[in-house]
Amino acid sequence: MLQITGLTKRFGGISAISDVTMTFEAGTLTAVIGPNGAGKSTFFNLISGAFRPDAGEVLFKGENITGMNRAAIVRRGIGRAFQVASFFPSMTVVENLMAAIAAHRGQWGDLNHRFPRQGVRARALEVAEMLGLQDSAGVLSANLSHGDQKLLDIALALALEPSMLLLDEPTAGMGPEERWRMIEKVQRLWQVQKLTLAFIEHDMDIVFGISSSIRVLCYGRVLAEGTPAEIRANPAVIEAYLGTPDAEDDL
Amino acid sequence: MGRTHTLRDIAIGCLVVAVLAAIPWMLPGKAFQDFVIRCASMALFATSLNLLVGYTGLSSFGHGLFYGLGTYSFALLMQKTTVSLPLAFLLTLLISAATAVVVGAICIRLRLIYFAFVTLAMQMLAHSVIISWVGLTGGDQGLQGGIPRRVVAGIDLGNQYNLYLFSAAMLVIGLLLMRHIVATTFGTSLRMIRDNETRAAFLGISVWRVKLTVFVLAAVFASVGGMVMSLFVSGAYPELINWPISGDAIFAIVMGGVGSFLGPTVGTMILLLLNDVVTRQTEYYGLALGLIILLFALGLRRGVLDFVTERLGGRPAGGVH
Repeated sequence: MLQITGLTKRFGGISAISDVTMTFEAGTLTAVIGPNGAGKSTFFNLISGAFRPDAGEVLFKGENITGMNRAAIVRRGIGRAFQVASFFPSMTVVENLMAAIAAHRGQWGDLNHRFPRQGVRARALEVAEMLGLQDSAGVLSANLSHGDQKLLDIALALALEPSMLLLDEPTAGMGPEERWRMIEKVQRLWQVQKLTLAFIEHDMDIVFGISSSIRVLCYGRVLAEGTPAEIRANPAVIEAYLGTPDAEDDL
Repeated sequence: MGRTHTLRDIAIGCLVVAVLAAIPWMLPGKAFQDFVIRCASMALFATSLNLLVGYTGLSSFGHGLFYGLGTYSFALLMQKTTVSLPLAFLLTLLISAATAVVVGAICIRLRLIYFAFVTLAMQMLAHSVIISWVGLTGGDQGLQGGIPRRVVAGIDLGNQYNLYLFSAAMLVIGLLLMRHIVATTFGTSLRMIRDNETRAAFLGISVWRVKLTVFVLAAVFASVGGMVMSLFVSGAYPELINWPISGDAIFAIVMGGVGSFLGPTVGTMILLLLNDVVTRQTEYYGLALGLIILLFALGLRRGVLDFVTERLGGRPAGGVH
């Protein structure tokens, strides 16, 4: 699905991402983990076209998308949600989604017809339902709870019918119970929509609980990749990131 | 559903023109008609600026460039060439649009304060060209000598009542068209860019194309306002392209409300009423106006129409940031 080779990004003299090579297979649910400053968000920004890489190649479904702009990458089917929920606060939930759907259908420059055009509202309600937002469809998005705003952010990405979804910390800023509610929705979405999904997450219970594979970044490099069981047993990961159970016990 | 809204808006527009047409029969005298003509001109200008400021979040400080360009292009075409009035009208729209493409292409990629200052600089540039090019524009004396060939299809726009009706019709048509623009999907794209430009880009919107398009459209409507003014004053004057005219439009928007479509029109009426009343009472017009605007900004914290719609239980008007 997504093949990344030798991806490198430098800010000033510092390499935020250096020589990262990894593959995301179709239909997987992959967690990208790593300590703060490991370059996880930068990595997503490079794939989605927010930043241009200095070196390396990104292949999506066999097509080279390296250095394409954000809109072009979205059109090819990579959607993303943001660490800080990103939406249109002066609009209601359904208006947000209708706006995204209209944009996706190429109607954003339409000066002839009133908004929304035929079929847009129905589709918006459908997308809202995928994330359980149907009951707050008429709520001004600025007034939503933090968790619902994160859901709306994901819904906006879904409105574009992506085949791959990048979620930058879907549970950021949530309490333990809210986190699980969120991640269960994400997991169900992945199953029902048959997406290829990659997400950044700090909560190790969630990471090992739901992901089908894990990628560990550390100082901008790939430290390890594999199934949850493999990662849990990987000595380099334990040393750099997870810590040993014994060490915790000693404390 | 969409069509009924459009028809309703058109019906309201026709009703307004009909009422305005009847008023001079009950209220003789020129004062009211003069007021409506000035209002029509200024309201077209202010509403077009609100397409940028309120709807797209583009704070232009130099929108008066296109208002002034409308007055000068139209007056010059009528005086120096032999084209008919409707043709001069259309040519002026084209000149404004072409100028806006160039100015917009330079300005729209700039952010916030830089956009504001560069648009202002563009207007000051235009103003100094007008002032310096005495042979063509009459310099700081303005373009005198009147507007010839005012009879269009048997209607003499030199006649006060006819010009009054023409201005009211221009205002209503202009408002209906702008109302339509903001109700389209393009209009939604404007709000998306204002709310969250990054997300809009990630959803596949070409942000600069939308911004340039709305910049050109706003310029065209501003120049219609300029042409109405040119017919009213029978010429063109440097004050109509100088930077305080942009300030007047911003005052009108702030007083009326950025979040309501008719806010700038209401604001224009308040501004012109204040202007007429205050100048009759005192020579310190600027001081009085400044105090009143402070009252609006600090007291209501929004425009009059935004305040009213919120009080009537609507949701908070969208344009305020």
